[in-house]
Amino acid sequence: MRFLRVCAVIAVLFAAAPISMAAMQPQPPKEFVPADTIPQDEQIPAINLVAAAYGFVWFAVLGYVFSIARRLKTVETELAALESRKR
Amino acid sequence: MGGFARVAWHVMRKDLTVEVRSREILFTTLFFAVSVVLVFSFALVREGRAPDDVAAGILWVAISFAGTLAMGRTFERERYNDTLRALILAPADRPAIYAGKLLGLLLLMALVEIVLVPLVALLFDAPILKYPGLLATLLAAGTLGFSAVGTLFAAMLVRVRSRDTLLPVLLYPITIPVMIAGVRGTAALFQATPDEPMARFWIGLLVFWDAVFVTLALWTFEPVMTE
Amino acid sequence: MRKLTIPFLAVSAVMLVAAPWIINAAPYESTMGLVQKVFYFHFPSAILFLLASMICGINSVRVLFFRNLRADGWALAAAELGLLFGAITLVTGPLWARKAWGVWWVWDPRLTSSLMLWMIFGAYLLLRKYGGPGSERLGAGMALFGMLNVPFIYYSVNVWRTLHPMTSVVPTLPTDMGRPLWFCFTAFTLLFLALLNLRAGLEHQRVRVEALYLAEDEA
Repeated sequence: MRFLRVCAVIAVLFAAAPISMAAMQPQPPKEFVPADTIPQDEQIPAINLVAAAYGFVWFAVLGYVFSIARRLKTVETELAALESRKR
Repeated sequence: MGGFARVAWHVMRKDLTVEVRSREILFTTLFFAVSVVLVFSFALVREGRAPDDVAAGILWVAISFAGTLAMGRTFERERYNDTLRALILAPADRPAIYAGKLLGLLLLMALVEIVLVPLVALLFDAPILKYPGLLATLLAAGTLGFSAVGTLFAAMLVRVRSRDTLLPVLLYPITIPVMIAGVRGTAALFQATPDEPMARFWIGLLVFWDAVFVTLALWTFEPVMTE
Repeated sequence: MRKLTIPFLAVSAVMLVAAPWIINAAPYESTMGLVQKVFYFHFPSAILFLLASMICGINSVRVLFFRNLRADGWALAAAELGLLFGAITLVTGPLWARKAWGVWWVWDPRLTSSLMLWMIFGAYLLLRKYGGPGSERLGAGMALFGMLNVPFIYYSVNVWRTLHPMTSVVPTLPTDMGRPLWFCFTAFTLLFLALLNLRAGLEHQRVRVEALYLAEDEA
């Protein structure tokens, strides 16, 4: 019963946001106009950007996996030590 | 319902009584807020002229910094005297205690803003008398949203070691929608020809955020504060 | 759930290595050319970023209102993954934007909300790290507020017209582009699930170790 109440309140909170937003539509922001033509020397070659993006993804994911692996090893050695001491 | 209101009222009165005697938090917060306004003015004003819309931004930055300080100090006082534990142990509705602390903080912030708004208007030639009702509503809604989250977090952090730095770290990202709405709404009202519909839109959005934040805070205060 | 971690990781690693070839085979987008290929990594990361915040939020509710301490491991894992995939989204996005829009960053609602959500994950992890004992419940309380950002981010594109592509762009992609997109999506999702599992398991182990230390001290 309590679980249902919690879910109901959360559902209302989630639903209220888009409903009230849709109800008040403001004028669109007029500030930003994208630059269509940038002088040639200001442009960065696309391949650099794409390579940097993919490179970052690999670096971040591998870095995180290594970090988990390292922490997992520490915890498992500690656990083994504690278990053997308990016995 | 009557019990809730009574407890909240008593908690607020307790805070007020302590504060009226020393006025420590009020004066220090007020002075700090004024210093923030001045520092930002020196940083942003060039050749005697301020960039557009900067008055609204400075006002809300000052409110947010001063508010964070005030919340921290109010709960620090509780921690120092260990009265927060007594409050939690009391056979009172826990959310009512939160409501009482929130009301006390709101009153303090109202007093600070009564000084701050005319000051900003003076320094930046902002037309605060054109739509005073809207401006007051906007300030109230924004301050409520900010204070609602802040009171909860400040209470949560009361026994944490690095609470002084953790409070702003936690508070500012979550209250950015309130800040954005407050600044843009105030900027709309401070324009040469105030943009009333825009301000009303932002007030509506703020009221929605306030309802969400206060409800959620009332709800989570008890589970978060009790072990 | 634990047994699937290794296979998931292996499959996703193979898929991610194969991804550049598959992405290369996809047709060029007419207006943006080569740089649009960042989309195949950017879009799945963004979705997983939002998914991580929902997982963190839901588990925070379980910790706070249902006193489920095991859920806390999942919440922490989801927050770290949110930080990871959020970082990927917030770095690949501007790299794409520099070519497509001419600037690294604009302050439109979607970008701003995403940056904000990322900061909230950062704040949550700082609280968990430096909050001392009992920070599970404090973090859970804070994560609830953070979770409220999720619908705001999603609907901000539909309510306020911005520079960001409308969310309905995916169904209308030509099928040649759809295939590499779903491929990358699957690869990233498998990776996400595997990492979530691993990290939550690590957290549960760590809690056990702490409990054992405590029991040892008391004995």
